[in-house]
Amino acid sequence: MHKLLINNSGEKLLLLGNEAIARGAVEAGVAFATTYPGTPSSEIATNFFQISQESDLYFEYSVNEKVALELAAAAANCGLRSICVMKHVGLNVAADALLTLAYIGVKGGLVIVTADDPYMFSSQNEQDNRYYGKISGLPILEPSSVEEAKNMVIDAFELSEKLEEPVIFRTTTRLNHSTSVVNLKPFVSHTTRGDFKKDPFQYVPVPAVARNLHARLLERIEKAEKISETSPYNFIIGDGSLGIICNGVSYNYVYDAVQDLKLEGLAKILRIGFSNPMPRALIKNFLKGCEKVLVVEEGEAYMEEAIKAFAQEEGLTFSIKGKEENLFSRLYEFNPRLVRQCIAKYFNLNHTPVEIPDLSDIPEIPQRPPNLCPGCSHRATFYAVKKAAEGMTTICPTDIGCYTLGFLPPLSMGDFLLCMGSSIGTSCGFSKVTDKKVIAFIGDSTFFHSGIPGLVNAFFNQHNFTLIILDNGITAMTGHQPNPGVDMKALNLEGYQRVSIENIVKAIGISHVGVIRPFNIKKSINTIKEALDFKGVSVVISKELCALYAKSLKKPSRKPFFVSEKCKNHRECINNLGCPAFFIEDNRVKINQDMCVGCAVCAQICPENAIIPVKD
Amino acid sequence: MKTIRLIIVAVGGQGNLLASKILGEASLIAGVPVRMSEIHGMAQRGGVVESAILFGDAKSTIISEGESDVLLGFEPSETLRALNKCNSGTVVITNLSPIPPFTAAIGKGNYPDLAKLQNLIRAKVARLIAFDAFSLAKQAGDIMALNMVLLGSLLQTGILPLSADHVKEAIRTKTKKAYIETNIKAFDLGFSAAKALS
Repeated sequence: MHKLLINNSGEKLLLLGNEAIARGAVEAGVAFATTYPGTPSSEIATNFFQISQESDLYFEYSVNEKVALELAAAAANCGLRSICVMKHVGLNVAADALLTLAYIGVKGGLVIVTADDPYMFSSQNEQDNRYYGKISGLPILEPSSVEEAKNMVIDAFELSEKLEEPVIFRTTTRLNHSTSVVNLKPFVSHTTRGDFKKDPFQYVPVPAVARNLHARLLERIEKAEKISETSPYNFIIGDGSLGIICNGVSYNYVYDAVQDLKLEGLAKILRIGFSNPMPRALIKNFLKGCEKVLVVEEGEAYMEEAIKAFAQEEGLTFSIKGKEENLFSRLYEFNPRLVRQCIAKYFNLNHTPVEIPDLSDIPEIPQRPPNLCPGCSHRATFYAVKKAAEGMTTICPTDIGCYTLGFLPPLSMGDFLLCMGSSIGTSCGFSKVTDKKVIAFIGDSTFFHSGIPGLVNAFFNQHNFTLIILDNGITAMTGHQPNPGVDMKALNLEGYQRVSIENIVKAIGISHVGVIRPFNIKKSINTIKEALDFKGVSVVISKELCALYAKSLKKPSRKPFFVSEKCKNHRECINNLGCPAFFIEDNRVKINQDMCVGCAVCAQICPENAIIPVKD
Repeated sequence: MKTIRLIIVAVGGQGNLLASKILGEASLIAGVPVRMSEIHGMAQRGGVVESAILFGDAKSTIISEGESDVLLGFEPSETLRALNKCNSGTVVITNLSPIPPFTAAIGKGNYPDLAKLQNLIRAKVARLIAFDAFSLAKQAGDIMALNMVLLGSLLQTGILPLSADHVKEAIRTKTKKAYIETNIKAFDLGFSAAKALS
């Protein structure tokens, strides 16, 4: 049995933040879950996927976040407790649905989990999704710890049903990827079949209806503010005239700093866990007893702006600070030392931080940058495209996936990136206004997610570029999730169809479509050359399973290769392919046998044919 | 309870996350409050993986520069790179078997000299325990048991509020059945290696 399905009240489990969130939903009787995978939220859905295979939970990997939210909106409006999980930028994709769903509301509880990524450990920006609460009018709950996250999910469902609105559950990477001990509670009983009662004047927001619905949303926001005022998630601890207001993981650093700096009796903390609408009266009361207030929040000055406005309404003129040049930054993650030092500095406390050893005599340590895996099919494709495009001046818009790493030398394939699917739309623009050859790269899952509309646009408007679709048969970067192109039978999973990328591309009307097996370098280069020479939109689909995924499917392994005596040290392999299985020993190129997966790409490009398979 | 802060650094694939999980489970068995977090970069393999584990009453799940009580390094150059997490009172344990980064492996950048590396670390912290954990893992029967060797040496120091028995119980209940014997053997070899160096 899946560990999150243990229905033993009182048992304690060591859980990752994302597991705790999934467990909270299970305890709350969630019946319907959807997602598009994205770090740092991915493990929440991984757990739902596994749980759905041994329970009555409906779960799906939807094609993108917007579709995922639309499904959940329908299920929730049929009375089912539903959850929709995504990373922070995923909510941009789902925003169109979100903002009108706030007008429509829900019947069954709907929790939308959005995982922000301060410091951008695995994201292209560090947007602060608390502002989605403001723009949509929806309530936001933000946990500070793994234990709290589990219980807060349960309350988020209840809050959603009380307000008849979706609730945004906002986390940050540090919460998602922290681990702690969680107390289990019994499950709430739940329904898995719903019913929809027609009421177009509630559910079809033509202007006349939407005008009423917006007014109703404003009433619900007022109701939400009243709940926020007395919510147990907005609490005050300690006493004193130094005020600290914080949220999320910052609360942990503040709490520890107050202990470390011995501020008991001098400082009080207001932790905001229900952050939209902000609890106006609670904050005003908190401010009244203070001489000075520090706001500790990662990301934007979201709370600080509100708190300053509340202080102004009360005519309070003491210092309220947070985001300042010599205090907290809008950039990156916070940490305990930083928070402790800022508190000490702002409140003029004596504090000598622990000394960091003098590291000036440490030699430069070679970096360990992220790299495409040994035997990664993307490396082979990039190499082939580079060879095929020799002599051309190119612009190579790239997209979101492992293959984004192709922008690093020696491959250096990747010149421009905005968001999921942007390789294709931006290629339309680049090819229109420059005379350079535009070559776009997109992965299979990203193509389904948001690449298709761009390609339809490119064909209709007669743009001129080559699109390389890197089809490695799985959504690799986020940890091998299915997408519509995946062979689900290989995973022994029934109940799925399989969508052919080639058929989609051809159905659009694109006439020049090539398919390559990238480990066959010569053939690949020729096919790509033909596509590059084509005037108009041409597509090459590069098909080869992700090396790690192939290993997990226990595909028959190929023999590793080694560099024989014939090697004359041209180093085409190291200088232009750069597979991490290579190393140099005594000025000779060698191959690490444990890392080599036998893709044979280096063997094909060696000018001396010196790289050969290991004999038995 | 006094907070003990442990940082573990490793190269992706070395089994750092399982080692952290075992310490978490051992804490649960021992009734010691524990919080931890992990950060791994974009690549699934080959990058640096860092875990922070806090035993005791702290609420934070990360460890700032200069604030670790123990640094456990699975790879010598990564141990050296993480020295900014240490202070003069920190105990450092490191495996001495290198996995050169790709950049160094292809001759772009020099891998630090191991003798010099140890002297540098020793001069800046309270104590350095350095040995070839890879050989001991091999001796235990599986190179993947490197993490268990290092857990053994970590427990030998007595800095954590856990006993070797707590950790062994976690190994027995939370690692795959087929590997339990090898893992326990590896743990004991690491424990003895640290003892021999004390």
